[in-house]
Amino acid sequence: MTEEIIIAGFGGQGVLSMGKILAYSGIMQDQEVSWMPSYGPEMRGGTANVTVILSDERISSPILSTFDTAIILNQQSMDKFEEAVKPGGTLIYDPNGITRHPEREDIEVYQIAAAEEASNMGMNKVFNMVVLGGYLKVKPLVKMDNVIKGLKKSLPERYHHLLPVNEKAIKRGLEIIQEYKKN
Amino acid sequence: MEKELRLMKGNEAIAEAAIRAGVDAYYGYPITPQSEVMEYLTEQQPEDRTGMVVLQAESEVASINMIYGAAGAGKRAMTSSSSPGISLMQEGLSYMAGAELPCVLLNVVRGGPGLGTIQPSQADYFQSTKGGGHGDYHLITLAPSSVQEMYDFLKISFELAEKYRNPAMILSDGAIGQMMEKVILDEQVPRRTEEEIIKDFPWASTGKKNRERNIITSLELDPAKQEQVNLNIQKKYREIEEKEVRFEKVQCDDAEYLLVAYGTSARLCQETVKLARDKGIKLGLLRPITLYPFPMKEIASMVEKQVKGVVSVEMSAGQMIEDVKLAVNGKVPAEHYGRFGGMIPSPEDILEFMEKQIMGG
Repeated sequence: MTEEIIIAGFGGQGVLSMGKILAYSGIMQDQEVSWMPSYGPEMRGGTANVTVILSDERISSPILSTFDTAIILNQQSMDKFEEAVKPGGTLIYDPNGITRHPEREDIEVYQIAAAEEASNMGMNKVFNMVVLGGYLKVKPLVKMDNVIKGLKKSLPERYHHLLPVNEKAIKRGLEIIQEYKKN
Repeated sequence: MEKELRLMKGNEAIAEAAIRAGVDAYYGYPITPQSEVMEYLTEQQPEDRTGMVVLQAESEVASINMIYGAAGAGKRAMTSSSSPGISLMQEGLSYMAGAELPCVLLNVVRGGPGLGTIQPSQADYFQSTKGGGHGDYHLITLAPSSVQEMYDFLKISFELAEKYRNPAMILSDGAIGQMMEKVILDEQVPRRTEEEIIKDFPWASTGKKNRERNIITSLELDPAKQEQVNLNIQKKYREIEEKEVRFEKVQCDDAEYLLVAYGTSARLCQETVKLARDKGIKLGLLRPITLYPFPMKEIASMVEKQVKGVVSVEMSAGQMIEDVKLAVNGKVPAEHYGRFGGMIPSPEDILEFMEKQIMGG
């Protein structure tokens, strides 16, 4: 099994750390993983994306142009990555700030109102964990135990008191993700 | 004991490797895409962990000369930089090769020439493998293609540099430096004690006690003597070329066509090999791990056997191809394929080039 994922959005949304937690979760279940960020003169507010590969085999190229799953968190990323999803693949997006919804018919599309949910929880920062939860519902490739272990590994110890709220956000994500049907 | 496993960036892995390999000193100057090396080292405070010195110098020129000094005293010293910064260090490297001093430097290559771009590139092959500075010398050059190899090659590079008293280069690129993969860490090696330095490096300037004065210099004005210095250095290079060639072969046993690629390009080419095999094309990959010494004999012997055509894949306008062509020696077609300036070729494009330019006749 190999799963090739792109996570794309604004810098500051937690795109890179969500990818890191996912990659660590893969390590926790003895998978090969790679985490390849777009890097450049990009700061908070600019675009940020990361390619994560989880595999049972040695990973050849960590740099990809098509993906099994795209997790899209802003309009620029929708414009850039909708076409990069492999036929039969999966697109997950947060409708917040999206002006043009996905149009492809040959992929599965899911919506997750993660920004709204995180705001309701009173913790905007757990936005990325809500999204991660949604992804895990649609693609249960990593076991929840391993995600929690991965989360613990990714967070520096001084933030470990925040583990429960992150876990809660992941669980909310599992509940609120919905298949997107075009009208 | 259970192995310690971490998810790390290439740049962080090599920094952790430096601490664990008992490196005495890191002198550096920040430049993207390798600034995480010094960031990680400063965060880790290795002075507390092992006594290792980490210092931000005032420039790359200062860094390499600090290393000259530390290496002259028998210390394990290293630096890291990216292409423009490495160019600034060439004078110091030439002096170190001339004075026969060991050190390790990491080049996380970015697109050039000039300030270029911070995106990955492999256009520093000539500079790394053919000397770079003035005079007849080489750097022992290793090319990691994974984060684990960024970690592993640090220690190997020091061992080679110290064995042959010559600077060693780890030639990486922005992709390997910025990417995270899992890394198996080994145990802490203590730094050499003063007694160990005196024993292991009798040439070092350790303070004259009961021995002749050690002189560390690359200056020898008498041409007859300077020729002898050169002959000694060249003798080492012949030995390195004989003994230290490293490479990896992927699906080469029955390969009729061959890709030669290192670093990030080798990762892309692994995918190209898969794509080709799915189409029934017998394609293999030879990945040089040491770029100097280059696996000349291995490529030559593969061409002698069943390989009918070779493509050298490099994120450059074509540098390694010159060594590949020397190895192939005109026996079969050999061409370069690459993108440059920070662009990365796709595995599909590499296969298409092989099919059209080499297999198509």
